[in-house]
Formats: sequence, structure tokens, C-alpha cells
Amino acid sequence: MSSNIESTNPNLNSRLTSEGCSVLLDINDGDRLVFARLAAAAKLKIGNKSCSLQPLIGCSYGSLFQVETGPDGSLLARVTPAVQGNITEEKRDNQLNVESRDNRTLIDNNKAQSLTGEDIQAMKSQGARGDEIIEALIANSATFEKKTSFSQEKYRLRKQKKYAPKVLLRRPVARSICEAYFRKYPAKIRFLRMDTLSLLLSMANVSCHSDILVVDMVGGLLTGSVAERLGGTGFVCNSYLGTAPYSMDIVRIFNFSDEICKRIVRSPISDLLIQKESPEQIIHHDDVCNMESLTNNQVSTSVRVDEISDPSGSEISEQGAENVENINIPAIRVSKSTKAGERAQQETINLWKENGFSSLIIAAPDLDTWTLVRDLLPLLSNSAPFAIYHQYLQPLATCMHNLQVGKMAIGLQITEPWLREYQVLPSRTHPCMQMSAFGGYILSGTKICSS
Amino acid sequence: MLACDSANKLSFNRFISNGDLVIVYERHDNMKPVTVSENSVLQNRFGVFKHSDWIGKPFGSKVFSNKGGFVYLLAPTPELWTLVLSHRTQILYIADISFVIMYLEIVPGCLVMESGTGSGSLTTSLARAVAPTGHVYTFDFHEQRAASAREDFERTGLSSLISVNVRDIQDEGFSDEFAGLADAVFLDLPQPWLAIPSAAKMLKQDGTLCSFSPCIEQVQRSCETLQTSFTDIRTFEVLLRTYEIREERMEGISGEGNVANGSLPCKRRQRSDGSNMLSSSSSVSTVMARPNGEARGHTGYLTFARLKCLS
Ligand SMILES: C[S@@+](CC[C@H](N)C(=O)[O-])C[C@H]1O[C@@H](n2cnc3c(N)ncnc32)[C@H](O)[C@@H]1O
Repeated sequence: MSSNIESTNPNLNSRLTSEGCSVLLDINDGDRLVFARLAAAAKLKIGNKSCSLQPLIGCSYGSLFQVETGPDGSLLARVTPAVQGNITEEKRDNQLNVESRDNRTLIDNNKAQSLTGEDIQAMKSQGARGDEIIEALIANSATFEKKTSFSQEKYRLRKQKKYAPKVLLRRPVARSICEAYFRKYPAKIRFLRMDTLSLLLSMANVSCHSDILVVDMVGGLLTGSVAERLGGTGFVCNSYLGTAPYSMDIVRIFNFSDEICKRIVRSPISDLLIQKESPEQIIHHDDVCNMESLTNNQVSTSVRVDEISDPSGSEISEQGAENVENINIPAIRVSKSTKAGERAQQETINLWKENGFSSLIIAAPDLDTWTLVRDLLPLLSNSAPFAIYHQYLQPLATCMHNLQVGKMAIGLQITEPWLREYQVLPSRTHPCMQMSAFGGYILSGTKICSS
Repeated sequence: MLACDSANKLSFNRFISNGDLVIVYERHDNMKPVTVSENSVLQNRFGVFKHSDWIGKPFGSKVFSNKGGFVYLLAPTPELWTLVLSHRTQILYIADISFVIMYLEIVPGCLVMESGTGSGSLTTSLARAVAPTGHVYTFDFHEQRAASAREDFERTGLSSLISVNVRDIQDEGFSDEFAGLADAVFLDLPQPWLAIPSAAKMLKQDGTLCSFSPCIEQVQRSCETLQTSFTDIRTFEVLLRTYEIREERMEGISGEGNVANGSLPCKRRQRSDGSNMLSSSSSVSTVMARPNGEARGHTGYLTFARLKCLS
């Protein structure tokens, strides 16, 4: 039973970072999320400190770093989490919910801390580590001992974030990219939540060696997620109305091998429809204006200033409002990823015309759903599933109705996913106080043979 | 169900042949898996369908019975399979399955371990996600269930991607030959905390684990156990609400007069010029949507975690 135990594709599932790879940096438990490309010269700014990303190269994803002060300024030092085994007496008590303290005597008058700003500054200039400062703050706090252990923990965490910020190195994959954008910059991905995205991928049966037709107006997140599932087989055809492709920036954030990049191609919808449908059927679409009419074919050159810093350097931009930041990719590296999003070759298009696409996924809230589906559905092979995302119900309801009337598809269903996260703690388990109340709607179904 | 090499990729308009598995679709809530066999018939309330009539037709075709009734023949997918498989246990459904695959970061080439196999609903989707080069090792301590699952994977054409093994995972853990090789581990066991230490041993650094449990007490214990060697421990619940749509013809008021809301139409019926503006009501047709009244209210909690990175 152990015939193919060996992990097969090191390229695909690499768990180590390397120079030039893309990473997601989670700063202080999600307070800030930064997409970056690792280069020796790249620097990350945290508060007023600037740290080189060099120490992150060659590390395992999941590694944790802490900002420390070294001889040449601040640096990111690796911290190894302890494997917990020995729970302290007090923690044990708390797990059993035996809390001996409460906060009735706490007075919040800002006098509890006897360590002054100058004291801390002095410690720093003597090279004290962040952890040492935190311990000093605790030792000099008149109220710390009186706090409940729950508030003690919160106090410690607050100080840690300030004096010893943590940076967690994460792998940029469909899930982490989607969640990061949804948390910090949801408009860019049209509020497509990770559970909704995951449903789109299964409902459209995205599997190896399939040819998936997508209309992606969610910044490339959909295209990238499909390509990730195809793993360098089949094709994801990113199609667009008119002459200007939609932005596909997010594809660059995935660490795709050349093999996978080659499988991401683009085509104007009109090219796919020629000869199959009469041309006038698509003309009405052309006045729908494109969001980014100036970007050209290459993914790598469509750089939007609002989220990426000045292309001349490799500094990270600090954007106050949007916390999903991209570190700019130095110019030399740009060529590496240009392969993703080449124009589909005519022979490939001909094959699709002959055999049909295996499935269709649409996330194009700016286009008229029904006419788009009406024109694209005939491009699918028979029995092919499809899934359409929308933030509004009505366009999907209309589309579903028309598909029913036209007997074009069966198994039609509109679904709305609901996702709730829980806090699980000893004696303090409950749903999280904040949740996303809406993740969009999906219309799914299966194309049938036209009789 | 899957095309594991490009020669028989799915996007080729495939034709039904003898021995194929098809999903017979009557309605969205009435489907059935049938293996096509030249000399067989399918009998249902619509009449008798001869399999021989199906052979050579493309998937997605509408086929007729001796009485003129019809069904559709669909190509199997993991989603359809989950709806038609024989329930030997409780199973996972599309919402949980999709979220698990995405959160566990399962992509082609991954090595995934699962226990218990149950009815193989999740396993089928795991196999699709790791194909063509990865593998799913699934374990159940129930001999009969393991055997049935094996038969099912044979039938759905996934057996080269899945190994089903009989083993008590809570008692013995996973076998050591996989130590440090798994990209992801999935647990759907009554006492998952017993299997967690072994799951940790199987995982690669930063590898992902998911445990599915219907009860919050199970989650509580699992999370406590996870603290030892896992990080990023998060628990979710995911549900689906479905919508029904209908086109409704509703009477509307025609005529150019502005009828104030709530004013009684009869009062205005007679105008000075004698025209009868409100009597000619036109009917307007609208497509409307509303949530279905019934839905699954709970399936289980999904707890995810990543193996701590120590080196
Ligand atoms: C709810 S079912 C799993 C359903 C599965 N996730 C699916 O989607 O079809 C749970 C399975 O775990 C198996 N099981 C229970 N205890 C076990 C143990 N200690 N070791 C291995 N399998 C076990 C049961 O036999 C049962 O088939």
C-alpha cells in the first residue's frame, strides 16, 4: 500500500521559502497582512522600525519571527514556539474555571505603571530585548498581580505587540490570499468569502486535466484558485468582454511554477464565440465598459497604484486604509511570471470549440449575468457543471428562471453560504463576537444537451 | 469520474459506453447511480428504460422510457456522488467538504490521511483534489465499511488514488510508515483527541489538520489536545441556505393616473370624462426569490490547526 508514498511534486507544494518567492506576512496576529516577495534587499516596516526580509529566506512556512534590536538596528529573529507539555498550576485552575481574582479593585488612573517612557528608552539603548522590556513593565505594574489571569494575558499581548512585534511567515495559497483580502481589502475581490470560493471550485468540479472557462472580475483570485487545483494540467481560460482583459494581479501572489503559469491563458469572449454563435449575439456586450481598459495583456504589468508601492524600489508601501499590501516585485523578476495569462493559442481555442469546456465559473458582478450565461453555456461540453457568483440575488434568480424556461440546464440551485467562527477556550467557548454576515450567492447547475 | 491522464480528459464530449457509471437524474432531489450494462433495464415510475438505448449517447442526454417518460443521464462528479451514495454512516456534505479541501490546502500531488472512511463521501472529493499525482490513505476500523468503500471507489474509478485500510486509529494511531509525510490529516472520529498526537506525527512541518465533530464537547477536548503541537487552531461552522424562485403574475394597476397608496380605487373609478382608468388592470410578471423554509441546521464543527514549526 506504500507504492507512492513519496511526495511527488516538490515544486508545487514547497514548504520552504526561497529568494524571489512570494509570501504572506502576518504581523501581530493579523493586525497587518502584507504580501511580499523575498529578496535580500527587501525591507519591512513595522512601526518606526525597518527590518530586512533576508532572515526569512530559506525558512519553513509557518515560521515565527520577532522584531529585535541588533547591533545594526532592528532585525527579524526567529522564535521557536515551545512544545507545550507542562501546564502551570494556575492555567490548570483556570481551565477548570477556578478564578480566584476579579477586577473589583482595579482603578484605571494611568498611575499603575511606574516605568516611564525615558526608562524604557534607556533600556532599549542598552540593547534590552522586547521580552525584557515587557517583563520590566509587568514587574513595575502595581495592578498586574491583581488582574484576573485572563486580563493578565491580554496585558501581556498588548505589550508584546508594541515592544516585540511578531511576524508569521505564511504560504500564499488560495485560502490565505482570499481570507487576507476579505479581511483587509474586500472590495478588490468583490466580497468573495473563502467558503464561497471553495464552493465555486467544487460546484464546478475543478479537477486535474479539465479545461475551465472563467470570467474573473475578482482581481485574479478565481483564476489563481482554479490554476492551483489544476496543478499544471488542463487549462484555466480567463475570458473577458471587449478588448481589455480584467486585472489578474492576484495570480502573481501565488507561488506558481512555470508549469502552472502556462496553464493560465486568456481569451476575449468574442474569440471563443466566433463560428459557434452568430456575431451579432455578442455585440450588445461591447458597450459594457471594462474596469481597467488600459492594462495590457501581461499580468505583470497591470500594477495598480492603490495597493502597490512605487515600482522603482523594493520597499513596502504603508497604506493606512488598506492593510493588504503588496511589496513591489523588483523589475528583474517581473519577467519570471509573465507566462501566466498569455493569449490562448488558436489551436487550443479550436479544441475547446470542438470538445467544449469542462466547466464554467463566473464572478463578474459588472456584467449582465443572464446574457453572459446564455452566450457562454453553449461553449461547455454536455453534462458540464457551472457556478456563478454574485453579490445580489436578483440577477441570479432571473438567470436561473431563463435557464429553466430555455431547458438549458438542470440541477439548478441558488445557495448562500453561512460561515461562523468560534472561540474555543476552557469554559469560555462561544461563537466569535464579530462575523461576516454575508458571503454572496451562487447559482449552480449542470448543462444538458440541447434537444 | 476523473481524468487522471490527459488522454481521457473530461472536456471531450464523452459518449456513454457499456460499463460506464451514470447518474440518472429525475429531479434535483431524485437521482440514482447506475452502471450501464447492455442487457439491463432501469425501471422507475416513468416506465422502463433500456440501457442499450443509452450507449453511444453523450452524457447530459435526455432519454425516454417505453411509456414516453424521461430522465437525464449525467456524468458522475464528487458532488453528484455525495448525493447518491449509499449511506452506511453519517456523511459530509458539499459545504463542509468544500471548506475542508480549501482550508487544508489540498492540491494535486498532496498526500492526505483520513479516518474514518465512513461512506467515503469526503474521500471522493479528497481524491479529486490530490489527483493526478497525490494519494489519499483512508482508515476505518469497521471491516465491512472499508470493503464497501473500496467497492465504491472501484466503481467511481478512483481506486488508484485511494487506499482503504482497516485500523483502529483512536487506539493504534496511524501507521508509522507515513510519519512526517502527510500534507494534511482529516479526522471524523467519535473521540478525535485520541488520534491527534498520532496525526501530529504524520504531518509535515506546517501541515494542516482538520477534525469534524458534531458536538461542542468533542471540539473542546480536541482543542485542548491540539495546544501541544499545533498552532492556528480555529473552529468554524459552515451552513448553506438555498433559495427557491418562481415567476409570479401579479395584478398591477394600469393607467396614467397616480393612485396614491392606500386610496380606495373605487372612489376614483369614474372620472369626469367617463373613462374607467382603473378597471383595466394589467398583470405584471416578476421572477422572485426567497429562502427555502427548511434547511440543515447543523452538521458539525470544523476545527483546523497547523503543525507548529520547530526547525
Ligand atoms: C461519521 S463516519 C465518517 C463519514 C465520512 N467522513 C464521510 O463523509 O463519509 C465515522 C467513521 O469512523 C469510523 N470509526 C469510528 N471509530 C474509529 C476508530 N477508532 N478507528 C477508525 N475508524 C473509526 C466509523 O466506523 C465510521 O465509519
